[in-house]
Amino acid sequence: MADGQVAELLLRRLEASDGGLDSAELAAELGMEHQAVVGAVKSLQALGEVIEAELRSTKHWELTAEGEEIAREGSHEARVFRSIPPEGLAQSELMRLPSGKVGFSKAMSNKWIRVDKSAADGPRVFRVVDSMEDEVQRRLQLVRGGQAEKLGEKERSELRKRKLLAEVTLKTYWVSKGSAFSTSISKQETELSPEMISSGHLHPLLKVRSQFRQIFLEMGFTEMPTDNFIESSFWNFDALFQPQQHPARDQHDTFFLRDPAEALQLPMDYVQRVKRTHSQGGYGSQGYKYNWKLDEARKNLLRTHTTSASARALYRLAQKKPFTPVKYFSIDRVFRNETLDATHLAEFHQIEGVVADHGLTLGHLMGVLREFFTKLGITQLRFKPAYNPYTEPSMEVFSYHQGLKKWVEVGNSGVFRPEMLLPMGLPENVSVIAWGLSLERPTMIKYGINNIRELVGHKVNLQMVYDSPLCRLDAEPRPPPTQEAA
Amino acid sequence: MPTVSVKRDLLFQALGRTYTDEEFDELCFEFGLELDEITSEKEIISKEQGNVKAAGASDVVLYKIDVPANRYDLLCLEGLVRGLQVFKERIKAPVYKRVMPDGKIQKLIITEETAKIRPFAVAAVLRNIKFTKDRYDSFIELQEKLHQNICRKRALVAIGTHDLDTLSGPFTYTAKRPSDIKFKPLNKTKEYTACELMNIYKTDNHLKHYLHIIENKPLYPVIYDSNGVVLSMPPIINGDHSRITVNTRNIFIECTGTDFTKAKIVLDIIVTMFSEYCENQFTVEAAEVVFPNGKSHTFPELAYRKEMVRADLINKKVGIRETPENLAKLLTRMYLKSEVIGDGNQIEIEIPPTRADIIHACDIVEDAAIAYGYNNIQMTLPKTYTIANQFPLNKLTELLRHDMAAAGFTEALTFALCSQEDIADKLGVDISATKAVHISNPKTAEFQVARTTLLPGLLKTIAANRKMPLPLKLFEISDIVIKDSNTGPAFFPGRCAEIFARGQSVGKLGVLHPDVITKFELTMPCSSLEINVGPFL
Repeated sequence: MADGQVAELLLRRLEASDGGLDSAELAAELGMEHQAVVGAVKSLQALGEVIEAELRSTKHWELTAEGEEIAREGSHEARVFRSIPPEGLAQSELMRLPSGKVGFSKAMSNKWIRVDKSAADGPRVFRVVDSMEDEVQRRLQLVRGGQAEKLGEKERSELRKRKLLAEVTLKTYWVSKGSAFSTSISKQETELSPEMISSGHLHPLLKVRSQFRQIFLEMGFTEMPTDNFIESSFWNFDALFQPQQHPARDQHDTFFLRDPAEALQLPMDYVQRVKRTHSQGGYGSQGYKYNWKLDEARKNLLRTHTTSASARALYRLAQKKPFTPVKYFSIDRVFRNETLDATHLAEFHQIEGVVADHGLTLGHLMGVLREFFTKLGITQLRFKPAYNPYTEPSMEVFSYHQGLKKWVEVGNSGVFRPEMLLPMGLPENVSVIAWGLSLERPTMIKYGINNIRELVGHKVNLQMVYDSPLCRLDAEPRPPPTQEAA
Repeated sequence: MPTVSVKRDLLFQALGRTYTDEEFDELCFEFGLELDEITSEKEIISKEQGNVKAAGASDVVLYKIDVPANRYDLLCLEGLVRGLQVFKERIKAPVYKRVMPDGKIQKLIITEETAKIRPFAVAAVLRNIKFTKDRYDSFIELQEKLHQNICRKRALVAIGTHDLDTLSGPFTYTAKRPSDIKFKPLNKTKEYTACELMNIYKTDNHLKHYLHIIENKPLYPVIYDSNGVVLSMPPIINGDHSRITVNTRNIFIECTGTDFTKAKIVLDIIVTMFSEYCENQFTVEAAEVVFPNGKSHTFPELAYRKEMVRADLINKKVGIRETPENLAKLLTRMYLKSEVIGDGNQIEIEIPPTRADIIHACDIVEDAAIAYGYNNIQMTLPKTYTIANQFPLNKLTELLRHDMAAAGFTEALTFALCSQEDIADKLGVDISATKAVHISNPKTAEFQVARTTLLPGLLKTIAANRKMPLPLKLFEISDIVIKDSNTGPAFFPGRCAEIFARGQSVGKLGVLHPDVITKFELTMPCSSLEINVGPFL
């Protein structure tokens, strides 16, 4: 029978069966070789989820060839017994019989026969009992009939010692219906050639970036230029009123450049105002009262945040008179020279939003944050006092995580300090509110990735990129629709 | 964020009530603190060194509280308690006073030798103080915290505290040759010269980090009393002679450093925090410091400063409508004692020496908002009307990305930092020809330069995905960093081309040279295309 035909028979039997079937039993029923059924099982397995096949190992007892013979003809000792006439038989003759040698000693120990050594023409064998039970044959017949379990351990062992029985391991399959069960077989495409694959894929982190860009644009925010990984300490720190002795400015947290080491182009009149504010105060501030150094401000670095781009944008805005309110955003790469671990790399992406207008309040900042996070599907927010060198007041933003059942931080925000804005030339009653978060964190949460190295960099598994689904930031994964009750 | 570790029960005792962990967590959230961890000494040792080592340790419950980096007044249990009690209106903020001594004032004379190494010093005395083991531990711990934070690991300021009863003033702060300095330092049993100490401390896990501050200088700072006893060799170690114990009653405190403002702040913090345990509570005995130019100053400054802020300014900045009286109450709860004056609209705020973080009215606004409760503020939307614009480079990039994917390419996201090899040797170019930007002190080779081309990143991605079925078609559109443009022999001769668009060279394409392929540990033929997007804007 062809493989396909066996397979179809199997499927039909399976459909009719309750729960499943055993391959060996099926083979016996269909009257075919077990291997043929196994072949069919294997070809069905290759089709996917049509069947489920569980490999089972069963041991059972089988008669050896000799055991078969004895089951048929009787044990040697029984044959010996039967060949002895009432008048007895010469032992020498007996021994010449086929079963003689083996059967004689056994029949003797069974006490079925006896030897009369004193007989005239040599030892003579006589029956002791009139009839006997051929236990061995009976037992073997039981086994042959598939009822080996009716024998005791000892009996089976004995027979095995006499090489009449053998324990055989039979590997069978327990076959049951798979999730894609059907009684008809369709041949699957077994060879995928490259020509068949012509799809490209976008990187999940950048898919999320596209979504965030959309959100900002929907809220009327204009994108800031951020196409400079390299920045001067001046724009990265000093312009933001971050003092020169601040820990973030040392080698441990920031990547400084060896070449080119210094920024040469800085707007010097603005630099002077910044210097004065740091060292002496002004604009209503006490200042930090330390010696501000131009050399320190010139040091080039890989930007540690995109807030430096915001500073540049606000400075440009301040040069335009009269003042017009703006909303700015950026999403781009930043660099930190920190300890690396499962959730931290030296490079990551920062998302930043900025609003500059007259009379903005902390309440406005909270309102903007609420709208922004609502577009991410986050509606429950709480705000906590925090500290940033360049914002005051500052707030950490928390949202309630349903899964973890606790409040988790989702962003940082604040109102830029007047010491930062006024030296730029922005009018005194203009407030600038801002907030930021990382791009990697929401991406890792959305795509269920625990180690940032599996998301960013060259060691990423491309299969992850191939398989990453659409990014829908505002939708929570919905449970699959429940089946209608039968 | 600095973390302060306090014994929970001691904290609750000082606060006058107990809290559940959740209640205390909530209180911290309101105030701007974070209850980071609830643990015990035993748990800490257990985590770090295993259960056996932890066997005898204490399981007294410890609260680890994160404190804002600019609040030096919250770095110890005493400060936390005082801040929280005032916040909850259970006590009135104590007023710190500097008092003149009954007898002679303690003097610290600075000589000119210190000018080149560590010019500034300030000093004060805590008189008739009563320590318990916990208070003593807290006193030592605060110094450590200040050293780590505002003192920038002792480089800017170093603190020395001494048992005044073992010393005799006036004190001299000078600088001497290391071989001329000899004393018995804290925790040692005999005298050593400064040179010997520098050597010994090279293997001390705690002190080795500070040696560099003075190591290579010709003269080391040192403070003596009138009998030649060494009080300390800042910023490294104090002398054993004047060490403080639980039984010390009178403490001489000196802060030396390179930042005068910070030295004064640090001194103020220590004395305000621990004057609570002086017989004359919250008073600090003055000390006189004589500078090389002969001028003297009295310390600690303990200056109270008055600022005037309009009530409507606070309301406007926060977005609330509180009466000036209420605002004054809110600020008083934040340790900024305030009252309404003048036309009823002005609030006069007294800024205590513990609040060096208040440098502008915006700091006061924040405190008012915290006391009001951030989550009580009404959320409103700004009426700012704007039309949004995309940054042209990013707009074009987005269009290109989608069409690249549609053309069957998969997007990669690779690192901007890489090794010199990646952008030079492996591409068959000399590093100097690449005009790359170099990072100083890279921790590993992977942080040596910023990429000048996107090619190495893509090739490394392929190398890491060798088992993926072919073909592999990758793309990336992102920034590179170059000092100016360059051309490279990464391509197989005769199998590359320069790309021109509208008469301008915009990039290169070609089959990669086998050497390049092997250097990136790849085995299959590879071709690449790189275009500068800029000209298309």
